[in-house]
Amino acid sequence: MGKIVGKPKGFADNFVRKPGSYPKVTHYCPGCGHGRIHKLIAEALETLDVVDKTVFVSPVGCSVFGYYYFDCGNIQAAHGRAPAVATGTARSNPESMVISYQGDGDLGAIGMAEIMHAANRGENMTVIFVNNGIYGMTGGQMAPTTLDKQVTSTTPYGRDISETGAPLKMSELISTLDAPVYVERVAVSDAKNIMKTKRAINKALQSQKDKKGFSFVEVLSTCPIGWKLSPSDAIDRLQSQMETYFPLKVFKDDTETRSPKRLASALPKDEDIINILGVNDETVLFKKDEGFIKNFKDQRVRVAGFGGQGVLMAGVTLAQLGMETGLNVTWLPSYGPEMRGGTANCHVVISNKPVGTPLVELPNVLIAMNSPSLDEFLPIVEKGGLVVVNSSIVTKKIERTDVKAVYVPMTDIAESLGLRAASNMVAVTAYLAFTGVMKLDQLKKMLEVGFKKKDLLAKNMEVIDKAYEYVKINCL
Amino acid sequence: MKREFIKGNEAIVKGALLAGCTHYFGYPITPSSEIIHLVAKLFPKVNACYIQAESEVAAINMCYGASSAGRRVLTASSSPGISLKQEGVSYLAGSELPCVIIDVQRAGPGLGNIWPEQGDYNQVVKGGGHGNYKCPVLAPNSPQEMCDLTIDAFELADKYRTPVYVLTDAYVGQVMEPVTFPSTIQKGERKDWAVYGDKNSSNNLISSIKMNTVEMEKMNILLQEKYEVIEKNEVKYAEYLVDDAEYIVVSYGITSRIVYSAIDTLRAKGLKVGMLRPITLFPYPKKRVAELAKRVKGFCSIELSNGQMVDDVRLAVNGKVPVEFYGRLGGAIPEQDEIANKIEEFYLKA
Ligand SMILES: Cc1ncc(C[n+]2csc(CCOP(=O)(O)OP(=O)(O)O)c2C)c(N)n1
Ligand code: SF4
Repeated sequence: MGKIVGKPKGFADNFVRKPGSYPKVTHYCPGCGHGRIHKLIAEALETLDVVDKTVFVSPVGCSVFGYYYFDCGNIQAAHGRAPAVATGTARSNPESMVISYQGDGDLGAIGMAEIMHAANRGENMTVIFVNNGIYGMTGGQMAPTTLDKQVTSTTPYGRDISETGAPLKMSELISTLDAPVYVERVAVSDAKNIMKTKRAINKALQSQKDKKGFSFVEVLSTCPIGWKLSPSDAIDRLQSQMETYFPLKVFKDDTETRSPKRLASALPKDEDIINILGVNDETVLFKKDEGFIKNFKDQRVRVAGFGGQGVLMAGVTLAQLGMETGLNVTWLPSYGPEMRGGTANCHVVISNKPVGTPLVELPNVLIAMNSPSLDEFLPIVEKGGLVVVNSSIVTKKIERTDVKAVYVPMTDIAESLGLRAASNMVAVTAYLAFTGVMKLDQLKKMLEVGFKKKDLLAKNMEVIDKAYEYVKINCL
Repeated sequence: MKREFIKGNEAIVKGALLAGCTHYFGYPITPSSEIIHLVAKLFPKVNACYIQAESEVAAINMCYGASSAGRRVLTASSSPGISLKQEGVSYLAGSELPCVIIDVQRAGPGLGNIWPEQGDYNQVVKGGGHGNYKCPVLAPNSPQEMCDLTIDAFELADKYRTPVYVLTDAYVGQVMEPVTFPSTIQKGERKDWAVYGDKNSSNNLISSIKMNTVEMEKMNILLQEKYEVIEKNEVKYAEYLVDDAEYIVVSYGITSRIVYSAIDTLRAKGLKVGMLRPITLFPYPKKRVAELAKRVKGFCSIELSNGQMVDDVRLAVNGKVPVEFYGRLGGAIPEQDEIANKIEEFYLKA
């Protein structure tokens, strides 16, 4: 077990969270690089005076117990997900210092998506990537950074990179992204490199403290157990093989030029929420007319037509008018791929009783804006029901004699006022004018209050008037 | 108080803001996407945090990070995305982190389609990820409940330090109805266990790992005790014409809406049928089912699944009376008459 000498403030006095009877030694194997890297981090936290503000996210791997040692807030994350967890934490408390500490399996294999995207978003965090070229914790299996021909428990004949791919160079990959501010690869091999590692970790954390965004420090490290070498032979291998394949260098350093990010603390104010949701708007459009409600006959409406004819909106308008007049309403759209075929339809129920199913299986009103819709839905209209047909497009007459039909040239009326898109408003008007189930002046009032584009409002009013005239003269 | 005509999915987002939710992490998927669309519109305007994550896996882990940091967090998805989140939900449960997860169910297995189904019951109500955990599950059947139960979910999540699901479906997500929103805002309090990145919380640890089997068993037992308390205190259900009913239909979500209409048809014919609608699926209204089993002729469960909830009904009925099942699959929605006919058939048999 590695012993930590000269304890920095970021390090726990006694590893009280660590089970067993050696509270002053780490759980790492002799010669393991993790302990040394931990200590460098703890020293940096002390130097920068950020120990209390630090949240250390431990990965799954040998450093899963990082929280034994770091005397700060700690979160243990799922395998590979530390950068996502750290994202959530950093976005919660922008003043905190968030460290995502990860091994090569954690970061370069299972967690590849999370690390690339956290880096690409430029999250204000520091990633310490411990590359020991092997899965230490689980018994020395191949990592994405295992070297060519290296023997591991899952490459017993040596890694064959023609089959498994070449060892991943994560620092090189990360440094191709725009957002990261600082990317360096260092090694805990000799005194000089350890000093460089210390400086790199300091720099990354300083940059995070200055809110400059994402820093990535890759530390080449030893795993004597996984490599099946003595601690001193492991250091030799680190220098002769790892440092050859993975060059030690600064890949990116924008720490001087990058300006600090403006990080919001994501604490919404109550009044902003109340305002944006408009929840204390108590506007009541119409006085409740109990007689009207009591005598209301259930309307089960299907509105159907081409996408773009405003079919869904026609349904919404009807249902909303029902709601404003004090009735119970539902609206259910066709959606997704169904809409891509170019047709759309919706179900509307308006009733003075609570509405059970929102699906209109047996409509007593069909508004058919085109021929395919009429063909599709006419057969299901209830006996005695009403069919409102857009006669600008549907030229034939309805064959069923057990339903009422009203023919209104919806597209023509809308177009005559230069507002082709308003054929749905003609449809709504025609239906209301013909049946009288709800009042047209209430429709107008509701639109006046709710219409967002005021210039279009006047035009829509004209459309309603003209549609009403047409129905009065030709249909009633 | 404001009455608004609004989609179920959108009512969730407004409910969440009113519940003091400050963070949303999600990945788009039909039929849940109206949620992330409205979040994208509203959250930046009120200085709440929203990230479109790179996957559902990332999204649930971002939730894990923000919840660890003491925030009220929300994520939403639909069935295939929920499958992906399960690892994260297990970690949330193990680390006792509050989080609200919306599942707007679609048909499966595999890519399935985007029509409503209730085939996620088992993966959501029975745990779903690895380990001995369960999450409270709330099942709205209208946009109003999408709002109300989302607010409840945040309260439950904090109260019990647990992930909580709102389990809904494509139709309840898409349907528009009037919703009355509260005009007060709930707030999460400072949590003494969370990691805020400050001095007062610097001793805290969020973790689900206990290497020692004794410790790990102890933690598991504590979780089970928590679930027992939840079972005791948090059961919610609604009933329709149950008082004089001789036969009980059990259903939830969109199906319950169709059953409601079917029952009207049957009542008009003189059949004494009523409905029990679980609002919490865990904890399940077992006691109520058992009570009713003492005086009715039988039960049936009507679902958009291959018979996932009916197991819970059968367990609670415990063989006292027959329990039948009728389900549709693949996004097919039973018609009102189809359901009425089935219930009548079961009723006459019982
Ligand atoms: C989802 C999941 N898959 C697999 C594992 C098993 N596992 C634990 S650690 C690990 C690899 C760790 O290797 P590395 O990230 O290189 O860290 P090291 O142990 O070398 O420090 C694996 C595969 C796990 N815990 N979770
Ligand atoms: S197995 Fe390797 S990485 Fe793990 S503690 Fe031992 S030496 Fe370190």
